[in-house]
Amino acid sequence: MAVKSKLVRCLAGGLVAAAAAAMPAQADMSGKTVTWVIPFSETGGSAKWANFFAPLLKEALPGKPTVVVKFMPGAGSTKGANWFQRQKHKDGTLLFGSSGSTQFPYLLGDRRVRYEYKDWNPVMATGTGGVAYLDKKSGAMFDGTANKLKDIEFIYGSQGATRLDLVPLLAWQMLGMKVEPVFGIKGRGDGRLMFERGEANIDYQTSSAYLAGSMPLVKAGTAVPMMSWGALDANGTIVRDPTFPDIATFKEVCEATDGCATEGDAWDAWKAFFVAGFPSQKIAFLPRGTPQDVIDTYVTAFNKVKARPDFAKISAKRVGKYPMFVGDGAKAALGTATSVPETAKSFVIGWLKEAYGVSLKKK
Amino acid sequence: MEFLTAALPALGEAAGLIFQPVVLGYLVLGVVMGLAIGVFPGLGGIAGLSLLLPFMFGMEPVLGLALMIGMVAVVPTSDTFASVLMGIPGSSASQATVLDGFPMARKGEAARALSAAFASSLFGGLVGATFLTVFILAARPVVLAFGLPEMLMVTILGLSMVAILAGRIALKGLAAAGLGLMVGTIGEADAGGSLRMATYEIPYLTDGLKLVIVGLGIFAIPEIVSLLRQDKSISRTATLGGGWLDGVRDWFANIWLSVRCSLIGVAVGVIPGLGGSVVDWIAYGHAVQTTRDKSQFGKGEVRGIVGPESSNNAKEGGGLVPTLLFGIPGSGSMAVFIGAVALLGSGDIEVGPSMLKNNLDITYSIVWLLALANVVGTLLCIASSSGIARLTTIRFTLVAPFLFMLIAFAAFQSGQDLFDLVALFAIGLIGIFLRRFDWSRPAFLIGFVLSNPAETFTNQAYQIAASRFRRGFEEGIEYIFSPIVIVLLVVTVVSIFFGIRQAKTIQAEGDVQSGTKRAPLVFLLLFTAYLAIAVIDASTIPDDVFTDKVFPLTIGAISVLCCLLLLFRMMTRPETDTIFADKEVSGDDAEAGHGLWPTLAWFGGLLVLSAVFGFIIALAAFLLAFFRMRAGLEWGRAAILTACGIAFMCLVAGLLNRDFPPGLLQSLVELPWPLT
Repeated sequence: MAVKSKLVRCLAGGLVAAAAAAMPAQADMSGKTVTWVIPFSETGGSAKWANFFAPLLKEALPGKPTVVVKFMPGAGSTKGANWFQRQKHKDGTLLFGSSGSTQFPYLLGDRRVRYEYKDWNPVMATGTGGVAYLDKKSGAMFDGTANKLKDIEFIYGSQGATRLDLVPLLAWQMLGMKVEPVFGIKGRGDGRLMFERGEANIDYQTSSAYLAGSMPLVKAGTAVPMMSWGALDANGTIVRDPTFPDIATFKEVCEATDGCATEGDAWDAWKAFFVAGFPSQKIAFLPRGTPQDVIDTYVTAFNKVKARPDFAKISAKRVGKYPMFVGDGAKAALGTATSVPETAKSFVIGWLKEAYGVSLKKK
Repeated sequence: MEFLTAALPALGEAAGLIFQPVVLGYLVLGVVMGLAIGVFPGLGGIAGLSLLLPFMFGMEPVLGLALMIGMVAVVPTSDTFASVLMGIPGSSASQATVLDGFPMARKGEAARALSAAFASSLFGGLVGATFLTVFILAARPVVLAFGLPEMLMVTILGLSMVAILAGRIALKGLAAAGLGLMVGTIGEADAGGSLRMATYEIPYLTDGLKLVIVGLGIFAIPEIVSLLRQDKSISRTATLGGGWLDGVRDWFANIWLSVRCSLIGVAVGVIPGLGGSVVDWIAYGHAVQTTRDKSQFGKGEVRGIVGPESSNNAKEGGGLVPTLLFGIPGSGSMAVFIGAVALLGSGDIEVGPSMLKNNLDITYSIVWLLALANVVGTLLCIASSSGIARLTTIRFTLVAPFLFMLIAFAAFQSGQDLFDLVALFAIGLIGIFLRRFDWSRPAFLIGFVLSNPAETFTNQAYQIAASRFRRGFEEGIEYIFSPIVIVLLVVTVVSIFFGIRQAKTIQAEGDVQSGTKRAPLVFLLLFTAYLAIAVIDASTIPDDVFTDKVFPLTIGAISVLCCLLLLFRMMTRPETDTIFADKEVSGDDAEAGHGLWPTLAWFGGLLVLSAVFGFIIALAAFLLAFFRMRAGLEWGRAAILTACGIAFMCLVAGLLNRDFPPGLLQSLVELPWPLT
């Protein structure tokens, strides 16, 4: 196998050299196997994401190589990411998918992190949004501000304060609400179930889960939408989420609520983690040292996927209605996802310690 | 009436969807693939489904469903082969089957045990499907009635099965379960992320130990090592008694037990968050309690097979309820299934609350495809059981190296880390000593399996109850003592009461003789030392993440107390007391031709070689050396068997797209697959 792939690489290299002047470099990948490594188990959202794109990518890459998704779970995805950091470019058949859960430990300076996003080459990124909602009783007290919610004891089913749940927990805290997270649930679906059973009285879901699981509750009158996290426009400003144009953003609610400010350390921190966790939640990378022609091959392929006439339709249900960033767009998304001001980082670390006793073992 | 108007047309449409030749063809294809994969311990439904995923994209929905359900449905059926024939629990669904299935195989009644298991599986699957057809429309409020206190009570009911399986000395069973619970807490705590008996320097430990590894280590390794030392075949008798028809008759004679256990399976399967991990133990406990003559349990009582096997297939049906109604997977394979369904067709079928409203026909198709797959799978399994049962007559020394190969591969698949093999070896050692000194291995396993649910449900229920009590005393009491909780509480108390009275008659390890004091005492001291260290370790967790330390502290302290009482008993009793039970004193192990350590060293050798040269090279060396030196074959035959083993391993890994454990060599030089 090694001999064969070497041969292909030589041939491909020769072809590239010969054709470089005439047309954009496109390495033929027929007969090869592209491995897309996901640092989570087969059962998570990232698995769904990669399994959706893998067959489309196969069609779009020159020579239609086989694309297989491989799972490397462990240590909250840092194991897989550390492994990917050690990989160097070989023949362009290795792809890695990171998620908000990989980005957060990086941002928080988790001591298990041995990877550096700046070394990697992003080729594609997709995002999502999120909506927070209240039970019927407290929903009646919600008037576009959190002013009347401040005396209610809220219970929230959470996966852990250092996960994506950091974004809603910090938002509620900034609004002056008393939300007690019940840690240890296994997924947001369990959180919704806890809400449905009446054990929790506040919850949030990512967009697709909200549409599928929580919207029926809203329609039945047992849940009241409170706010969305919003979406980013081209200038990086938070605007209303296009999927939920009728739901106010956290930014709006915060501005209307007494004592909540949309500037300062808390806000900067919230925004930074929101961006890393939602609008650029899942990113596909090529390893460090990948030459430009290979990057271009993948960017072209993902652009082809994006340009499929049926893409909007098939992607809506499976990965959500949010924009898919390719090439430079993905680079920009990575930039916002991984550059968080030091002050914001230390604010979050201090808050986690104070509010939940979570001490992050800094490097 | 409402049921009839909504369900009957949908049922008709579902029948129309299913009963097409091409759909049935895909179903059979899925079943055959599922059987092939399920036979391997530790692989199971997730591996199979992942294999199918690339083909699901845009596939005609009913065809894709037939293929996937065919595969998922038969895994709990086919993993029975490994449990009965080799004493290897293939998945969490077949742990209890090992207890009586394997002893039957050793009595030469493997075919009978297998077909009794398969008949029960089939029946359980059908009961599950029938029940679901009616129940699924009304299931929503029932599922929502199971809050955290209720789930905690089910977990405690599961733990109470320890009473029945505790063995001759109840305290020992309790301590074994305590150790299992403590081993289950290893790693990062769910709530505050504190480390328990782990360090970030060894990232492997922070994720905790996987059930596959613990199951293989506790049940499979001790049996394999023991059999290997005796150098006989699994079946003690040369001629196999009990054909497959006997097994079916056994099942029929116990049909009411089968009905009850099927219903237990559906009911527990319906509760999201618990999955199938407790079902087979609860069913086993029920089988024991309802049997008049309990003396045969653990020695090959067929009711000990019929019970769990009826429940574990019915559970698959029950597990569909949270999956289909709430979009919350009841198990790992169901999570992959949900993801895969979204890929089917144009992606219109969305598993979740809208499923019943928009796709009731598809829902019923899923339910009945599951039932149909059970029928096809069971018939295939029963047909092959007599033939496969002959494996038990082969000289075990020729089988064992392949088993070592399989369990090492299976263990590695759980975390794809060399530490998987180290953990397997370590847990295997614990299993060997638990077996030798007559500590209840099922109790340990139940403790391990239920450790995480027990801890999280306790913490969560406590937190929510506290908030309710702040609102008002009445509200708090109402929350904790719901009618369901009270019923479960009564059932638990009754089952513990009778369990303790009956435990003495159930000797899972047979009648173990006592002899010397030293070895059992040393083991107890080591056992206590681990628990004490774990308690001290837990006490160093800072108080502001109290939820991370309270569970290991409490459980650990109770277990240490049990150990101290045992220690006291050891000091006061003579060495003939049952507390000094030791298999090395007399019986099969004591009379075995080979010692424990040299035998274990073979397996250890495979692991060490893997760490240096990678799995495949290590395996080649191990197999060749074993067949030549231990089994005494001539070089030619040893080489042929080795080649077969390697070829088989490569075929499986190649088809499933799996890697082998790499060693030091692989980090220095790049080698072509499969040597990577």
